[in-house]
Amino acid sequence: MSGDVTIHLDGVPRRVPAGVTLAAALCNLEHLAFRRDLGGGPRAPLCGMGTCFECRLSVDGVAGTRACLIEVHEGMRVELTR
Amino acid sequence: MTHPDVLVIGAGMVGAWTALGLAERGLRVLVVDGGVPGGGSTGAAMGHLVVMDDSPAQLALCAHAMMRWRTAAPELPPSAEYDPAGTLWLACSDDELAEAHRKQEVYAVAGVSTEVLDAVALGQAEPLVAPGLAGGLRVPGDAICYPPAIVRTLLERAIALGAIVINQAVRAIRPGGAQLTDGTWLEAGVVVVAAGPQSGMLVPDLPVIPRRGHLVITERAPRRIHHQLVELGYLHSAHTLGGASVAFNVQPRVTGQLLVGSSRELVGFAPGLNRELLAMMLARASAIVPALAGMRVIRSWTGFRPATPDALPLIGAWPALERTWIATGHEGLGITLAPATADLIVAGILGEPPPVPSAAFAPDRPMPTLAAA
Amino acid sequence: MRRRRHDVVVVGAGPAGLSAAATAASMGRSVLLLDQAPRPGGQIWRHRAGASLPARARHLLDRVRESGAVHAVATVVDAPAPDTLMVDFGGRVDLVHTAAVVLATGAVERLLPFPGWTLPGVTGVGGLQALLKGGLQVRGRRIVLAGTGPLLYPVAASLATAGARVLAVLEQAPFSAVAKFGTRALRDPHRFVDAVRWRATAWRSAWHHDAWVVRAEGGERLEAVTISVGGRERRIACDWLGAAAGLVPRTELARLLGCALEGEAIAVDATQATSIPGIWAAGECTGVKGDAAAVLEGEIAGATAAGDGGGMASRHAVARGQGIAFGRQLADTFALQPALRTRVTPEAMLCRCEDVRVGAIDPAWTARQAKLWTRVGMGVCQGTVCGVACTALYGWEPPQVRPPLAAPPLAAWARWLTDVDSPTES
Repeated sequence: MSGDVTIHLDGVPRRVPAGVTLAAALCNLEHLAFRRDLGGGPRAPLCGMGTCFECRLSVDGVAGTRACLIEVHEGMRVELTR
Repeated sequence: MTHPDVLVIGAGMVGAWTALGLAERGLRVLVVDGGVPGGGSTGAAMGHLVVMDDSPAQLALCAHAMMRWRTAAPELPPSAEYDPAGTLWLACSDDELAEAHRKQEVYAVAGVSTEVLDAVALGQAEPLVAPGLAGGLRVPGDAICYPPAIVRTLLERAIALGAIVINQAVRAIRPGGAQLTDGTWLEAGVVVVAAGPQSGMLVPDLPVIPRRGHLVITERAPRRIHHQLVELGYLHSAHTLGGASVAFNVQPRVTGQLLVGSSRELVGFAPGLNRELLAMMLARASAIVPALAGMRVIRSWTGFRPATPDALPLIGAWPALERTWIATGHEGLGITLAPATADLIVAGILGEPPPVPSAAFAPDRPMPTLAAA
Repeated sequence: MRRRRHDVVVVGAGPAGLSAAATAASMGRSVLLLDQAPRPGGQIWRHRAGASLPARARHLLDRVRESGAVHAVATVVDAPAPDTLMVDFGGRVDLVHTAAVVLATGAVERLLPFPGWTLPGVTGVGGLQALLKGGLQVRGRRIVLAGTGPLLYPVAASLATAGARVLAVLEQAPFSAVAKFGTRALRDPHRFVDAVRWRATAWRSAWHHDAWVVRAEGGERLEAVTISVGGRERRIACDWLGAAAGLVPRTELARLLGCALEGEAIAVDATQATSIPGIWAAGECTGVKGDAAAVLEGEIAGATAAGDGGGMASRHAVARGQGIAFGRQLADTFALQPALRTRVTPEAMLCRCEDVRVGAIDPAWTARQAKLWTRVGMGVCQGTVCGVACTALYGWEPPQVRPPLAAPPLAAWARWLTDVDSPTES
């Protein structure tokens, strides 16, 4: 797998390497606040394997998607959970 | 505590309000419960504080209870999640909208203000409700709460007034006494049985049985539903004590979660889920609120309502056993009616006139037998 | 909803699950192998497309491919009965009927709270490795690892290989215990070679025993950690912290199915059978003991589930016992030091879903009392993370599992009754 794909992060297009998980892609872009906790604090991936749900965000319109379990694809629309 | 004035069996919402009411009047109160306070029917309940009008007696008791809740609300901690969101009864047909108008008149007589919404107004009030409904009845005085946290608060207040809560299960009662599972007998001036659906195991011939319900809760999300939504057709399913049934009932929590009900079935204290009934319940819910379909479900559970054959609670003295009072049988209204129930029990024990007429709730009133139900 | 039928369903495509699936399928059974990760391999052999894998992983993946077992990226969302699983195949939910279930659900990290652990940049030890395997760029990044057990070595090595500056590796167990374990474990030549190679790769890192993180600091992300080494505290500026307290068997599905536990693991007999007829379990979910034991147990479970009458179990009885003994050594050597519990302050977050802090909890409560009164464990992960922490901190039983699992969309779960008449496929 090679080359880059474009994902749309809150509407902003970003080029990321193909084949990486969405969680890794967002960390590489320094988008570390995947969601906000009840006090407004930032939250980011913890377990990396789908159990903790800290990396959940909206992907292609599906809320609560765990970024660590899916790989980026061309045209992926990502909305950070607020 | 040796020989308390009152022994309250059951630390659910009814037991907690009753214990506090008695303690506030200077009585020495001992509360016993084998489980976590607020962890039985109370812990499984939706926490909908709602006025119902199946009978004038029920309506009067509900109205009194809501007055008590509104008075208590400012003193509740944030964990009580008290939310005066109001109820919106949904009319799926013109017939049901006519029922909404009838209900409005009945509520007005009891001093409960309401507002009938037509289809357009309903769409504005609750945009997530599917189009095509006839309208609804808004009851702004109703509220939503988190029952276990309230039980904790009420018991802490009772304890501050000298009450004692012990974590022991009761296996039998007799006039002025209760036997714990270790065989010990506790003696008291009077005994109040507030053990919800389990009260029937302690009091022979008490007409109360468990009626199981399912609830499902979604993940947190921005709040997009503003009232507790219930279908007017709910009444049909809620008050036919027979086969299994479901009705639309969706509650917005302060957390942004949606709590989805409701189902009713008579299966004793059977554990586990009836997934077919649950699926019917969820299908009904997402037919009326289509956005539910995409929301993530994080947990489901069942609880047992204390049901009676005539759908009215059992509140008052139990003549077959001296010095024994009953406070159960509220079916799905136990959370709402708990403070009013406590007022009736306190007045009864102290020999004072009840704040609302209580004859309709006498536990030994004539009613159909449970076997026939 | 469609119905599928299989002879054996294996849940989890790590070493144990791959082995069970290949074994059962090679005995002529129709096998469905489920895992929620995009590619088989489990956590230990998690890989991106085209990435290189150890020989034994390649061999096992080849065996599965050749066996005819069907691998699917899917999540079990409910188990209405031991022979019926409700499975989400990427948005489409099917009902899977099966004569046998093999649980190979692996382990999760024991993630214990400490001040600052909710900051972005703080992950598990395995969590950081999973992110790295998922494509996280760590070149030049300053990293601290704090955990316990053999996992620290390969994680430190892979981070170093990827160009990270692994500033410190903290093992909470005392040096004496680890040394004693090492001399025994390293008699196995494979383990010895691996350990030397990993340690050599991360040779620049400072390795400490009797050491753990006291707190993490930062604003919008991690900026520094304060560590304790042999009782002395020190602050280190860093970008990432991988912190965990070892591994713990993953048992949600087993508990939902009613399988008995032994401690925190699924209880199994010599044939890997659980307490529920028709359900077997293999690998780390029956006790943490490494991938070699997992492959062996998977083979036993796959064979018994396929109906071999216990032949495989008796052939492998001795090796199986050695695996269990190794697991016990691991547990004894890397037993948690009390400081990992006492370092929590009242402000530390306990339940990360519902934002319940340690100070809200009275350790004298029961787990259910705490849940009802504080909402601990009531969030979207349903206590998967904080339930393990509460067991470590307060000795509480794991929380009761209530369906559904893995938070499926309501419509998916509600389809239970609708459309059930669609054609059966297998």
